[in-house]
Amino acid sequence: MANIAKGSDGSELVATSDKRLSGKELGTAVVTTDSFENPGLPPHRQRVTDTDPRRLARAARIVAWLFYLSIAGSLFTIFAYMFFPIEDGDTTSLRLSTLYIGLGSAFALLAIGIAAVHWGKAVMADKEGVDERHPVRGTPATRERAIEIFKEADEESGFSRRTVIRNGMIGAFIAFPLPAIALFRGLAPMEVDPNNELKHTFWKEGLRLTRDPTGVAIKASDLTIGSSVHVIPEGLAELPEHEKLDAKAKAAVLLVRLKPEDLNWTSDKRKSWSYDGIVAYSKICTHVGCPVALYEQQTHHLLCPCHQSQFDISNECAVIFGPAARPLPQLPITVDAEGYLVALSDFEEPVGPSFWEREK
Amino acid sequence: MSQKPDSNRKSGRRSPLAIILLVAIGLITTGAAYAMASSATASAEVDLSSPEVIDEGAKLFAANCATCHGLQAQGTENGPSLIGVGAASVDFQVGTGRMPMQANSPQAPVKPVQFTDAQVQALAAYVASLGPGPSIPSASMLTGGDVAHGGELFRINCAMCHNVAGAGGALTEGKYAPTLDNSAAVHVYEAMLSGPQNMPVFNDLNLTPTEKKDIIAYLEYQKANPSPGGLELGSLGPVSEGLFLWIFGVGAIIGLTIWITAKSN
Repeated sequence: MANIAKGSDGSELVATSDKRLSGKELGTAVVTTDSFENPGLPPHRQRVTDTDPRRLARAARIVAWLFYLSIAGSLFTIFAYMFFPIEDGDTTSLRLSTLYIGLGSAFALLAIGIAAVHWGKAVMADKEGVDERHPVRGTPATRERAIEIFKEADEESGFSRRTVIRNGMIGAFIAFPLPAIALFRGLAPMEVDPNNELKHTFWKEGLRLTRDPTGVAIKASDLTIGSSVHVIPEGLAELPEHEKLDAKAKAAVLLVRLKPEDLNWTSDKRKSWSYDGIVAYSKICTHVGCPVALYEQQTHHLLCPCHQSQFDISNECAVIFGPAARPLPQLPITVDAEGYLVALSDFEEPVGPSFWEREK
Repeated sequence: MSQKPDSNRKSGRRSPLAIILLVAIGLITTGAAYAMASSATASAEVDLSSPEVIDEGAKLFAANCATCHGLQAQGTENGPSLIGVGAASVDFQVGTGRMPMQANSPQAPVKPVQFTDAQVQALAAYVASLGPGPSIPSASMLTGGDVAHGGELFRINCAMCHNVAGAGGALTEGKYAPTLDNSAAVHVYEAMLSGPQNMPVFNDLNLTPTEKKDIIAYLEYQKANPSPGGLELGSLGPVSEGLFLWIFGVGAIIGLTIWITAKSN
């Protein structure tokens, strides 16, 4: 047995010197033997419904009853629709209606399925047979005939010969999806430049920072250390509902107050965008635009709930974890003569996720 | 003679309705007594400015808190200064069992309260005497809010961390926003006022006392009204719902497949 080695696939490599296999003299070639033997088909086992006629009759009865139950389920669904109507403004009626209609139709369909399977398994004849798999490759005659058919079709349709028709067809196929690209333009606002829309928000110089949703202006003295306020620009709360939501989706801002010494700035310009430890950052995540507002007042971290991007407010909202690519844009703010917080300008960079024409 | 008392019993004392009535009376009496007792403790106004109470609080502070917060509550490297945090902060932190903290961890968890109500009040009185800060809200500031308005405010200011149903959620590095299902109204109010741990501060200029009352009304409504959609699975959203479907939905499909392909016996 010393000259039998295990192959990497588990088969045994047997040297041809083994006379049991080849009956020839010593050589270097190896042949593989399959250690796994085809166990063949297991012996046929009869079901209880094959041996006991009473069990067979019982199974047949169950199958029939399941079909009747399904009919009952369908009827129940109709009655549920009639007797539990959905009434306007009544959530209980909606709940009952959907519950009973759902239960009834689920029961009706499930009973059909179970009956069909049980019929097939317990009542229908149980014969085992073997169908040999035929080879995938056709006979040479079939293969030749297939090629002939292709040639004939080409000849008769003139696909290769009539190049004008053929090229016209290929061109038509290519041109067909092109209108979709033009139609996609219709998804963006038509009367304005969508590129510009992405780059600017509702904020502009002199707009007061106001509370979401009331639109009450915020004074710098309203904020204590550790405060966080959800902010919309002055005038946004008065917009019609649809425009308000459109504008809010870009202009939402989180206003927080830290100790001024906890804030690190890369430039005096950025520092001048804050007021006495009060900073305002866009709430729209630079990853895919979820609202980032999970603010931890001691670590000064902002967490985006969608994909766990984390921003560090004390370091100009730098990304410290997660898939976001850029810091959250800072809204430049200051106070006006009456002590209210006002925006110095719009955001200096586009808010939210990347888009094609974004410069950086 | 022997017949008469028997029939009396049957007609009166042995009636099953009488037992139900008796149980109902018992439950109502104990319930009412409990409600009175608990409202009595809530409204037991201790004078937080009395020198005796402050003195008692100072002793408790020195014995239980000073190790981390310093003998004068000035703060050490293990704990922040408590000067100016106010009585509300102490009542929240000690009254929910978060303080004294058991171990240094990302966040102080809720645990059984370590002090009696009177002791918590004394501690609050002592810390409040160190510097002006938010005080404990009175019972009248906690009830009668507008549920719908409270819901809107909750969704804007609180739901991002505490979950729209108040079920809580994860924050960064082991911290979390706790569930509000078991929070007492007074503690919710104090948390908004004081901004415990990593929660931002919502002072009275940001959320007015009326707005705080509305938020509490919304939370109380959430507690009292079960989800109209049926089993809420902890209101945790895709995690618990996905897990439920994976285990029971896919489990049922696997079970059916095995049944369909197995040979009938």
